[in-house]
Amino acid sequence: MKAFAQLLELLALTPSRNRKLEALTEYFRATPDPDRGFALAILTGAMTFKNVKPAVLREVVTREVDPYLFGLSYDYVGDLGETIALIWPHHGQQQDLPQLGDLVELLETTPKSRLPALIADLLTRAAINERWALVKLATGALRIGLSARLAKTALAEMSGRPVQEIEEIWHGLTIPYTELFTWLEGRGERPDIAHEVRFHPMMLSNPIDEAVDLEKLDPPDFSAEWKWDGIRVQLVLGQGPASLFSRTGDEIGGAFPDLVDNVFGEAVLDGELLVGAGFDPAPFNDLQQRLNRKVASAKHLTDYPAFMRVYDMLFDGREDIRPLPWTERRRRLETWLATHPQTRLDLSPVLPFADWTELAELRRRGAAEHGHEGVMVKLRSSPYVPGRPKGLWYKWKRDPNVVDAVLMYAQRGHGKRSSFYSDYTFGVWKGNELVPIGKAYFGFTDAELKQLDNWVRNNTVQSFGPVREVAKELVFEVAFDSAQVSGRHKSGVALRFPRINRIRWDKPAAEAGTLEEMQVFVEAT
Amino acid sequence: MSFIDRHLRILPIDVYVDPVGPQDRAIITHGHGDHARRDHGHVLATPDTIAIMQARYGEDSAGSFQALDYGVPLMIDEVEVTLFPAGHILGSAQVRLRYRGETVVVTGDYKRLADPTAQPFELVQCNTLVTEATFGLPVFQHPRPADEIARLLKSVAASPGRSHLIGAYALGKAQRVMSLLRASGYDRPIYLHGAMVELTRLYENRGIALGPTKLALEASKAELEGQIVIAPPGALKDRWSRRLADPVLAVASGWMSVKQRARQGGVELPLVISDHADWNELRVTIAETGAADVWVTHGREDALVYWCHQQGLAASPLNIVGYDEAGEGGE
Repeated sequence: MKAFAQLLELLALTPSRNRKLEALTEYFRATPDPDRGFALAILTGAMTFKNVKPAVLREVVTREVDPYLFGLSYDYVGDLGETIALIWPHHGQQQDLPQLGDLVELLETTPKSRLPALIADLLTRAAINERWALVKLATGALRIGLSARLAKTALAEMSGRPVQEIEEIWHGLTIPYTELFTWLEGRGERPDIAHEVRFHPMMLSNPIDEAVDLEKLDPPDFSAEWKWDGIRVQLVLGQGPASLFSRTGDEIGGAFPDLVDNVFGEAVLDGELLVGAGFDPAPFNDLQQRLNRKVASAKHLTDYPAFMRVYDMLFDGREDIRPLPWTERRRRLETWLATHPQTRLDLSPVLPFADWTELAELRRRGAAEHGHEGVMVKLRSSPYVPGRPKGLWYKWKRDPNVVDAVLMYAQRGHGKRSSFYSDYTFGVWKGNELVPIGKAYFGFTDAELKQLDNWVRNNTVQSFGPVREVAKELVFEVAFDSAQVSGRHKSGVALRFPRINRIRWDKPAAEAGTLEEMQVFVEAT
Repeated sequence: MSFIDRHLRILPIDVYVDPVGPQDRAIITHGHGDHARRDHGHVLATPDTIAIMQARYGEDSAGSFQALDYGVPLMIDEVEVTLFPAGHILGSAQVRLRYRGETVVVTGDYKRLADPTAQPFELVQCNTLVTEATFGLPVFQHPRPADEIARLLKSVAASPGRSHLIGAYALGKAQRVMSLLRASGYDRPIYLHGAMVELTRLYENRGIALGPTKLALEASKAELEGQIVIAPPGALKDRWSRRLADPVLAVASGWMSVKQRARQGGVELPLVISDHADWNELRVTIAETGAADVWVTHGREDALVYWCHQQGLAASPLNIVGYDEAGEGGE
């Protein structure tokens, strides 16, 4: 546990990506199975304990620490795990904590009723850094700025294998990944993972640079489609149950049984997960209701039925067709869908266009009339290449909508930003009154954040816990993808994907936007 | 009603303790900028504090300076003023005030841990205690400084090609870190940013040995490899630090216990070394002074006031605008 705690601390504090990679490879090399496998699971977020939840930890702590003082501390620190590690009042004889594997087993096998006592004992025994690591691993929220991909990249570096080879089989592996390490160390074959649980790293697009790219690209070489406002998924169909992967290779089928239980055939498909009845996509907000949940409620299944709008095919049956050009894959996809008509899969249509001017007009009208996010532009001869290859696929997003809104409230951020007022609620004028229309916490630079934080502290009118109401004087140019009717906001309007486009230090608040102006955006979607 | 008001003005004699703006007469607890301001008419403080103020602000930064040694009572009309060591930095003092049978103690900033660079804290009994609360939250439980220095030295040994750049406040913290390093047996020269040279010399002239030092600006990049450099926190990312060889950024401060906070500052090696009382010390001190009324100033007042109430003590926050709220400077 000591080595793991040191690794976590280094990962949290070292800004250099290379040093993080170095530390990870060194750890995986030096640590025996199964400890390193459990570490890998924790680092990639794959480890969950059935009975150890943040609520249990909070309970353990508030038995020993006054809840009000705990609350003040949490508000200050901004990270639950770190608050618990720092506030724990008992410091026993420091003994080494069990090895990672033994610790995981303890947390998994200890009966629920005895867990609080076990956790309390471990917290008391641990030195401060191990206590921090222990709480982090028990809550499952590391928040140390490490992506699962970096951990996999370290495995790739350690073994000399391409990271895609690891990603492909990742989902079929089980903790503590002994077979994986055996293969990576050249002591055995690559683990044989069933085709149905194999994830195929996705092909991603690059944003189009209108000034540079359009001139160089020849329209007849390209095909266009709408850019759908859902989430990118990969559906793997075969003998067993279907797998539904997010773009990071996480299996999310459990939350979408209405989709995965109602598809058939054998293929690997790439497309957009959407919700809505009769293949009519509902706004992203509706899909949001179903994301980040492990299971779907009955109400969700009827109110927001899921479907997948397919735009590419990676495997036709068992045949890997990724090397084929897009036109051929598209033809295969159309044929396959025609012979396997489905209630939960439909085809993303191709948009005919003669030149870039025509496509630009389509894109503008699609945004204005149907709220489309933009268009995708794909090279007809492109093979399906994992990663973000240059020159093959492009996204051409709609121009953002913008509104000038007045800062009303600021709230302290969490984690890295816990001492900054970094979450901003802003509003527009309804007569002489400001009504909130949204909240944003990005779009500005670190230097601007400091200025904003300063401004908030100097212009506070009232404080409510972590929230400060500020003088209604600062104007933000807020960009957003679309606006929707909302019963939850006093203004009756909710913004999709709002971000601070510019801080208008120069603009008087009285000249900010009005609610009437917002109606135009609502009607467009 | 006490004989001292919420701005720490001693009413019968019209003298302020650590006033945030110029006053005719001021008692100064210690030399940090948020407590010791310039342009007062008359300043009463320990000899060390006066030396520090004169070094930082100039000989004429107050109309007159009057030195008062620790433990020597001074009568000003009917008020008896006595200074006691606060253990915060060189010359730091608590102020005990007695008037018609009532005793008030203003702690200024303090810590109770042994520190060869500051006169050791003395506990003073009182009826009313005005305490600092910089680390007045139960998450602040400072580790042993020797352990923090051991982590630093381990890191130095493990990365011979890199410099270790330590952010430490130029007055007090820098000298404390140097003293801790010497106590751990580190005898190589310590490289200093120009801003801390004069104060370090002042400490040495007043009898605190800190070992060999060099000016970082005069050293070549190659010479600084594997060495320890100390600079004010505000100067860590200045242009001068580019001359350092791939530096490990360290900051010595009580705030560094919060890793998210260290991350936010890009600090690779947080050293939890504080010159303030932590939550446990604050509570023990309040209890031991025997005070029945506690005024809590600059810091996280809410938690400490709440705790005092739980102990059956009268307590209230003192919202004196002008003390370093975030504490970054004074630490």
